[in-house]
Amino acid sequence: MAALPPYASTPERIWYYAFRIICAAVFFFLIFPLMVIVPLSFNAVPFFTFTTEMLAFDPAGYSTKWYLDFFTNLNWQGAVWNSFVIAFFATILSASLGTLAALGLSRPSMPYRTLIMSILISPMIVPLIISAAGMYFFYSRVGLQGTHLGVILAHAALGTPFVVITVTATLVGFDNNLIRAANSLGASPTRTFFKVIVPLITPGVISGALFAFITSFDEVVVVLFVGSFEQRTIPWQMFSGIREQISPTILAVATLLTLVSMLMLFALELLRRRTERLRGIKNT
Amino acid sequence: MQNSASAAIVTADGQPLKVSLARALRRQRMFALALVAPLFIFVAISFIIPIADMLFRSVENGIVEEILPQTVKALESWDETSGELPDEAVFAAMVADLKVARKERTNTKVGQRLNYERSGMSSLFRGAGRKAGRIKEAPYKEQLIKSDKDWGKIVTWQVIKQFSPNLTPGYYLASVDAMQTPEGEIRFEDSEKAIHTKLFIRTMIMSVVITLMTLLLGFPIAYLIATQPAKIGNLLIILVLLPFWTSLLVRTTSWIALLQQQGVINDILVFIGIISDDGRLTMIHNATGSVIAMTHILLPFMVLPLYSVMKTVPPTYMRAATSLGAHPWPAFWKVYFPNTVPGIGAGAILVFILAIGYYITPELVGGTSGTFISNRIAFHIQNSLNWGLAAALGAVLLVIVLVFYLLYDKIVGIDNMKLG
Repeated sequence: MAALPPYASTPERIWYYAFRIICAAVFFFLIFPLMVIVPLSFNAVPFFTFTTEMLAFDPAGYSTKWYLDFFTNLNWQGAVWNSFVIAFFATILSASLGTLAALGLSRPSMPYRTLIMSILISPMIVPLIISAAGMYFFYSRVGLQGTHLGVILAHAALGTPFVVITVTATLVGFDNNLIRAANSLGASPTRTFFKVIVPLITPGVISGALFAFITSFDEVVVVLFVGSFEQRTIPWQMFSGIREQISPTILAVATLLTLVSMLMLFALELLRRRTERLRGIKNT
Repeated sequence: MQNSASAAIVTADGQPLKVSLARALRRQRMFALALVAPLFIFVAISFIIPIADMLFRSVENGIVEEILPQTVKALESWDETSGELPDEAVFAAMVADLKVARKERTNTKVGQRLNYERSGMSSLFRGAGRKAGRIKEAPYKEQLIKSDKDWGKIVTWQVIKQFSPNLTPGYYLASVDAMQTPEGEIRFEDSEKAIHTKLFIRTMIMSVVITLMTLLLGFPIAYLIATQPAKIGNLLIILVLLPFWTSLLVRTTSWIALLQQQGVINDILVFIGIISDDGRLTMIHNATGSVIAMTHILLPFMVLPLYSVMKTVPPTYMRAATSLGAHPWPAFWKVYFPNTVPGIGAGAILVFILAIGYYITPELVGGTSGTFISNRIAFHIQNSLNWGLAAALGAVLLVIVLVFYLLYDKIVGIDNMKLG
């Protein structure tokens, strides 16, 4: 929808502005819920709503005590620690295995490509409740239920499809002549891998790893089943908090998490630009 | 006999070229497989085997034979359609089994299992463990029936016999609200008692409603983003990506804050006088809450595929149509819209697949009328402990999702799946 031409008729003009208003309303619907929690998290009273003091911008209506609660409460601190530890190890596992597999899948000599790909992607397709149920039954059988290792393995499995997809996408435009050139210039396969392949796929690996990290960091269904209180993550704690004692600390955590996701988005955007730039250099 | 041309060509080490080439190709294939192998093994162990294990659990029924081995054997010769109670030998076997079960405290387990099929079995077996211990000698039949008159009912024995095989279709029948009568007929529950069928239908309907809502809201903004100059377009797409990247629980929490009775939306409506203070709307802990929150959560999954398809439709099409005299609306409907159908298909199936298996949001904002089949599965795992039924419900859900996934694969192709 380009700018309105000068010869537009009245109905066209009306529709042009009406359409923009509709779109603005949809964007408002998308963003408003994320924004509304920010002021609410500074509420002085333990409710999920604006008080009259808040609306009058009375400083007494605002407080940072929920943030203080978050940073001092041992339940929440344990959850933060668990979230990072679990997401970190799950990401390492899924990023390394996923990158290797993507390199294999992108080779023209790969047999049964579609079949293997659909099996590797399956953790992303199967509804989480089914994955969680299956893992709960099986992991309790082998003694992994209620252990950090169990949750890490489960999250790594859920994160691998994202790594496989992003790295494979990076490799789609990969010029195999670069490998041949390196080989013909006398580089060993290891040297070719680290000096030629790695720099080119790094943006894909990092964005895949970010996806895997956020998958684990955000995941709650599997951790509810495979984990226990000892493995509580931030989403686990939020989930039980919403169900049991609703407190604005949850809103404070939500605000902080929104900040984290903004940073994530920013990082991914930078990576995307870098990939484009690298591609650009390669094509000239 | 070196007359064929191909045999004459040899590589430097004297091997025929064909052999050498085949070997090189095989080596390359093996190398590619070796790269994929670690992940494949990892996914197989940590994910595929657990799912397979769950599917097996939905038909597995070893417990009756494991705890009542002698009874099961003795019942083999009994004709359950004869209308007569089993003979003394069966009762003797049952008393012997119960004595062992009581020692190992497994009599309640088998009772619980059989209770899924016929209520009352749980208390029958709980009591029987103690009572059977007092029966020292024959006649076992008379004494056992005296201890609890349920042992004198044919149907008790029919249920035990029916569920003594190691595999059972019982859980699957229960997942569609049916059961097998002792005579072997399949009987469906009355429609008002058919909770699982009702829940499956509700899950489907709500997923369709959510899909339509996301399409309705997503189409205009995808169109706007796709037709804006790159600079504004990139800015607008960030407004879609931000909720996409924000934690699911954050978004659910904020909908609770917005929709609850003392929440932001009700406060605003009361403040501007549309509703009175005691006429506050109930928008949460019901189906409305589920639909609103999930539409918001799944909207980016509709907008992103739509946008990527709309981006490829050349703007000249619309200009050509209008310059040939079409009014803007027919030009849009007949020229632009058909080009976006692949995007609609991709987005709709994606949203539908995601919606149908949703658990967290319905659990927190769905109340009782807005829950999905996943909530029922979780209930059977955590509360009723009927794992077999949970597994069967999960398997049915999995089949539904896989059908739509294959459809998605046909329309879009998994290789074309894009993220972010």
